[in-house]
Amino acid sequence: MSREARITLLVFVALVAGAVVAFGAPHVLSDYFVRIILLIALNAILVLALSLSNGFTGVFSLGHVGFIGAGAYISGILSIPVQQKMALLPHLPTFLHAFSLPFLPATLVAGLLTALLAVVVGYPLMRLSGYFVSVATMGFLIIVNVVLINASDFTRGARTFTGVPLETTLPWVMGWLAITLFVLARLVYSPFGRAMKAVRDDTIAASAVGIGVLRTRLIAFVIGAFFSGVGGSLYAHYLGSFSPNTFYFALTMSLITMLVLGGMGSLTGALVGVICVSLLSEVLRSVERGFTIGDFAVPALFGASQIVLGFIFILIMIFRPKGIMGDRELTFGLTQGSAKVNQTEERKR
Amino acid sequence: MTKLDYILQQIVNAVSLGSLYALVAVGLSIVFGVLKLTNFAHGDVMMVGAFGVALLVGIGVPFPVAVICGIAAAAIAGFLIERIAYRPIRDAPDVARLLTSLAVTYIIENVGILVFTSSPRNFPLPDILNTSWEVSNGAITFTSINLLTIALTFVSLLLLGWFITRTTTGLGMRAAAEDMSAAHLVGLNVNRLIIVAFIVASAYAGLAGILWAAQAGVVQPQMGFTPLLKAFVAAIIGGFGSIAGALVGGYILGALEIFIVAFLPSSVSSYRDAIVFAVLIAFLLVRPGGLLQPNREIKL
Repeated sequence: MSREARITLLVFVALVAGAVVAFGAPHVLSDYFVRIILLIALNAILVLALSLSNGFTGVFSLGHVGFIGAGAYISGILSIPVQQKMALLPHLPTFLHAFSLPFLPATLVAGLLTALLAVVVGYPLMRLSGYFVSVATMGFLIIVNVVLINASDFTRGARTFTGVPLETTLPWVMGWLAITLFVLARLVYSPFGRAMKAVRDDTIAASAVGIGVLRTRLIAFVIGAFFSGVGGSLYAHYLGSFSPNTFYFALTMSLITMLVLGGMGSLTGALVGVICVSLLSEVLRSVERGFTIGDFAVPALFGASQIVLGFIFILIMIFRPKGIMGDRELTFGLTQGSAKVNQTEERKR
Repeated sequence: MTKLDYILQQIVNAVSLGSLYALVAVGLSIVFGVLKLTNFAHGDVMMVGAFGVALLVGIGVPFPVAVICGIAAAAIAGFLIERIAYRPIRDAPDVARLLTSLAVTYIIENVGILVFTSSPRNFPLPDILNTSWEVSNGAITFTSINLLTIALTFVSLLLLGWFITRTTTGLGMRAAAEDMSAAHLVGLNVNRLIIVAFIVASAYAGLAGILWAAQAGVVQPQMGFTPLLKAFVAAIIGGFGSIAGALVGGYILGALEIFIVAFLPSSVSSYRDAIVFAVLIAFLLVRPGGLLQPNREIKL
């Protein structure tokens, strides 16, 4: 079996497993656990979208949450029912008042518009590298936040944006996660994927062998932004109401923690990171609310979970800077052959 | 009120705000110069200084003593941050260090929320600093704290100038900023120099935090975030790592912000922060070395 065929098989197995979870879980598990699985899958889409530029291309973006926010608001504006739109957003341009899109088209439009935004933003920014691109994309995130707060005709300003139909269910999220995983797996383990890694590992050598550095970075950035926009739309239809600060530094920090903890150069690593951090913060959050063991009552400590996460992040940075998985993929032995190829490549480095 | 008075008033505001930005930016630049690290936790050290003053005045310590203790608390906080979080990852890639400092910010902010809750508290400014002054029949007004901010900025920067050009430690810091390994080779104790840099920078952060809180009138755990981002822009405009650049950048940014609000229509001026960060991106693209270091090689 060729390497590509193995990866396709692996993704196929993952898809079947995802489908089983998506349609089986609500019958077996309580609502609470279904909600956790949904959030993990949703975060997985967002982190995978982030991994494309941050992990595989080496362009460490701190601005992807800006795309998530853009996707959420675009999809929200498009899909609020017509009769509510007049009341909630009276100053919208009239052509936007006239219709409301169902969930799937709204998500697609949100993804595409976000990708378009990424082309405009990325074209100048992808010339920068390393530290500078992080700072510039952070600037982009702040600009998005300011625009969301001030463009109150479209976004209700700093007030809560509400009225978005609650349509994000587990099968929807699992479906989009499957698509994201499939597209990214095909992309990352293709000639283009090798170009991305070449750009990441040695920019000058990559351009010396004829890889267009700007083009490669831009494509990765735009595809990542598309899935960020899609994830934003799913997030919007999951929350129903949100505000510009939902999509700001706190979300950035938690997504980056997941990505870095899992391993930036690995798709399955990203998934491992998402699952670890999500479960950990769920546990910490229940501890935070305070609990009692026998007669001993532990009081509520709000913010404690964030502190613990911050410390874990620093410890990873110190002791395992490449994350749990590093650049390796978790293969469950299914792609044993290609894993070996990877190892020899590793050794050559 | 004449047009000239209005312009003069805006200049007073711009210098006052610019001084604050310059103070924060200088601290950022000291650390960046020596360690090539963007210290996001600088804003939280500001918060430590301001809360220190608020708490000490609250238990009856006289204001000037409380200010000195607040600055000392900030310096200690900076020392601890360097020792615990930054030293183990000193040789890590730039992005890893950037992320670590973001994580430190996150931790300190949440500790602040845990201890003080996130609701703002009054900053106990003595009445003598709260008086306002009027010039030209009340057309131009400013408060004592505006004046004090400007004065303290100048005095502390003169002190810093003396420190880095006239003392052995200061010269050593500049040597380490120029080339860390060469400084190590000629026998300088680089670890000690970095500690000194952090303590000096954090003392600046403490002072800036106290002045910021005094002007705003409130303290809260997240108070350091906005000035930090602004000072960051200021430092990049001026030339990151250069103390003179931080100063120039701080005043340019202060002027830019005040003039955007004063002279542009309100439909544009509410986008002030977006304009400021667009300027930041423009500088990173066109002149990443900042105004004062146009020829600096940028390592990609």
